[in-house]
Amino acid sequence: MSPREQWVAFLTIVTKEIRRFTRIWPQTLLPPAITMSLYFVIFGNLIGSRVGEMGGFDYMQYIVPGLIMMSVIQNSYGNVVSSFFSTKFQHSIEEMLVSPMPSWIILTGFVVGGMVRGMLVGVIVSLLSLFFTHLSMQHVFVTVVVVVLTAALFAIGGFINAILAKKFDDISIVPTFVLTPLTYLGGVFYSIDMLPEFWRTVSLANPIVYMVNAFRYGVLGVSDVNVYASLATIAGFVAVFFVIALWMLQRGTGIRH
Amino acid sequence: MSALTIRNLTKTYANGVQALKGIDLEVQQGDFFALLGPNGAGKSTTIGVISSLVSKSEGEVSIFGHSLDAERSIAKKKIGVVPQEFNFNQFEKVFDIVVTQAGFYGIPAPLARERAEKYLRQLGLWDKRDMQSRTLSGGMKRRLMIARALVHEPDLLILDEPTAGVDIELRRSMWDFLTRINQEGKTIILTTHYLEEAESLCRNIAIIDHGTIVENTSMRALLEKLQVETFILDLARPVETVPALDGFDVILKDSQTLEVAVPKTQSLNTLFVALAEQNFEVMSMRNKANRLEELFVRLVEKNLAGEASA
Ligand SMILES: Nc1ncnc2c1ncn2[C@@H]1O[C@H](COP(=O)(O)OP(=O)(O)O)[C@@H](O)[C@H]1O
Ligand SMILES: [Mg+2]
Repeated sequence: MSPREQWVAFLTIVTKEIRRFTRIWPQTLLPPAITMSLYFVIFGNLIGSRVGEMGGFDYMQYIVPGLIMMSVIQNSYGNVVSSFFSTKFQHSIEEMLVSPMPSWIILTGFVVGGMVRGMLVGVIVSLLSLFFTHLSMQHVFVTVVVVVLTAALFAIGGFINAILAKKFDDISIVPTFVLTPLTYLGGVFYSIDMLPEFWRTVSLANPIVYMVNAFRYGVLGVSDVNVYASLATIAGFVAVFFVIALWMLQRGTGIRH
Repeated sequence: MSALTIRNLTKTYANGVQALKGIDLEVQQGDFFALLGPNGAGKSTTIGVISSLVSKSEGEVSIFGHSLDAERSIAKKKIGVVPQEFNFNQFEKVFDIVVTQAGFYGIPAPLARERAEKYLRQLGLWDKRDMQSRTLSGGMKRRLMIARALVHEPDLLILDEPTAGVDIELRRSMWDFLTRINQEGKTIILTTHYLEEAESLCRNIAIIDHGTIVENTSMRALLEKLQVETFILDLARPVETVPALDGFDVILKDSQTLEVAVPKTQSLNTLFVALAEQNFEVMSMRNKANRLEELFVRLVEKNLAGEASA
């Protein structure tokens, strides 16, 4: 395929992905908006007013960046894992496998589709948060880069999950038992500096800590960890996971006999 | 020019089933070719390998001289595949399915939409374009897959059991459509287990059974072959010369055994009169077991069972 044809094929997948999640918006865009509004009301307003300050900001302001990241993570992952699994399940993946499209375009197309959903939800949640607090962006570059990298990483993760999944149940195991706990323990609701030394060290092994803090640095200008080292690490993970996902797709793991 | 060349293709599935045991096949450009065989013979596996949905164990496949391994992209653009099982997104609209498929081949959206309209019209699906694909009847779903397979205008169209589940009337119109695009120059390969289908459509045929090609010939030659039954005759006394029997092919297997090919239109009486005249005494006689015959008996029985239940 010529580069032009590859570009058309790539856009075809991305468009198809966007069409899918906008068509079923009550299942894809509405739930995070509702959940996050509840978080804002309950944790931010009701409980937050008693918590007082955290990291030099009022509690609401402190948790908003974490909640935005949580939405980005869940939605980029969730979009790719369910879209690619159902493509596999309905065998419409064969439409792509018979075409001359190389594997890396299939992978990139799904990943970008998932990133778009993750970031769109991120924007929706950010806009909603403005009803509850005021946000300004301290470091635009860091904010954008960390969101893009995080969305990419979890979209790729969702892709790998979908490749390995054999039944519908398999696509909710990782979000329930891995992503949710890691996010809750990832410094969304508290500064890990508050933790005893031991638990603080343990927390540093949680990759989501770095994403949440890098994003919080972008928005509020404060972080528990070194921001640029975090960005570099996330970028490294994106590269490694991309290669793994591509290798699986090329081998035909779970999709080709 | 050869549209499809398969050399020594083998496939062993992960569960150990050897679905293809080294097949060779050649289909010429412009041909209308049938791959005939009973269920489980390896037809879908062969097509799966050609369309990159099944990875082969060994062997070589080329499309119009382009190797599927070495010139993957060129080779793939020349093939359109209509699989045996429905494999489109059930919730997508008919029109979108065809346009999206064109996109996967790198065809820009305006041209993709134009082509989708052209082929959906040709297949009588244009007024269904905004329906979700799951609401179509079986025959329409099959035609949707044909439109989808044609949208990048491949030179070779491969259909895996295209008329399975399609009622007789629609089957005719599908045959007419395929005949027309074949006359316009498209090479067509279809798999089937309906003899009638292969007979009325195809010029050349290969028969596959248990992962092996057992016959590869023109439709006409095959039909002639099937019109002949071979008998083994045991003689009372040894003979030295082959008897000259008008209208029958005779081989002397050994001095006391004759093998005679009897066209189904000929009466056996004629054979025995001629033998008696030349003083050959036949002690016993049996049918020669013929793999092809056996295969056809199985296929025909299956057809009859299928027709009865349809
Ligand atoms: N995915 C698979 N895994 C294991 N065995 C398979 C698979 N697909 C087909 N087979 C086996 O391979 C053989 C050939 O099957 P297939 O190519 O589908 O035959 P046909 O299309 O001629 O009916 C059969 O024995 C079938 O059971
Ligand atoms: Mg089959």
